Amino acid sequence: MEKHELMEKVKVKCQDSIVRVEEMPNDDVLIEIRKEEILFVMDILKNDPELKFSISNHLGVDNEDNYAVIYNLYSYPFKHKITVKACLDHEHPEIDSVESIFKGMNWFERETYDLLGITFIGHSNLKRLLLPPDWEGHPLRKDYIHPDFYDQIDNRRPDLCD
Amino acid sequence: MIEKLNIVNRLPEDPILTTVDRALNLVRANSLWYLLMGLACCSIELMQTGGPRSDIDRFGSLFRATPRQSDLLIVAGTITLKMASRLKLLYEQMAEPKYVIAMGSCANCGGLFDLSYSVLRGVDKIIPVDVYIPGCPPRPEALTEGLIKIQEKIKKEKYFTK
Repeated sequence: MEKHELMEKVKVKCQDSIVRVEEMPNDDVLIEIRKEEILFVMDILKNDPELKFSISNHLGVDNEDNYAVIYNLYSYPFKHKITVKACLDHEHPEIDSVESIFKGMNWFERETYDLLGITFIGHSNLKRLLLPPDWEGHPLRKDYIHPDFYDQIDNRRPDLCD
Repeated sequence: MIEKLNIVNRLPEDPILTTVDRALNLVRANSLWYLLMGLACCSIELMQTGGPRSDIDRFGSLFRATPRQSDLLIVAGTITLKMASRLKLLYEQMAEPKYVIAMGSCANCGGLFDLSYSVLRGVDKIIPVDVYIPGCPPRPEALTEGLIKIQEKIKKEKYFTK
């Protein structure tokens, strides 16, 4: 299937869930969707017999004025890629978990929650994945302040000019 | 011929005179068992040091899988803040007298990950260190020299004499 054909097909199937469709510089297709419709769009992308996408990656972005989540999908039967993006507001970054559709997203979403503080509604086990459970803050946020102390350890950087 | 090579037959029949300290220190210095604990890429070099080419078995050092049987803790790699409390626990489980080698830049001062949010800036913030070995990672020769420095330190220690 050609790329433009794919773009048209996705546009028709998802209709007004889509904010914009564009080509990325590496010739992939990017669709930006409204965050409320993430489960609807993912369901179509996975289960539609003409699309049949599997998920390959998930990431979160801090754009300072808003957050975004990005899902990279690949269709093994039809051999095309698509990137799904949803923008979240900066105050309360929340989005529905896609774990009910792609079960393997469990740990991906936990990692994004751990490092960026994006809440995934409906996730079965939304705990920190990498950092210790008593960690304060989400380190990959742009406004994160590095702590000087952790667990009574003085972790300040030694002054090299002494 | 075989009787000549046998070390027992070459010892003089007269008694050998030495102090208890020197005899004890000689024994302790030549049986430094280290804890098998690799934290990051330095552990590859630690394994190489224990391997046949730069065999530290010839100094009486071999790895133990439990801190309770170890005399020496080689901190080989990056210490994350999550690992710091575990590392301290392992150190406390070792029986006295115990020695610590900080191997590589990360264990010395945080090294490459100095500006990271999750990395302890030097293992000497949590446990006392006897020998620091620079390098990223240090070569097996450097680690062997660190071990010899520990042996020199042990040989100077005094228990019974003043």
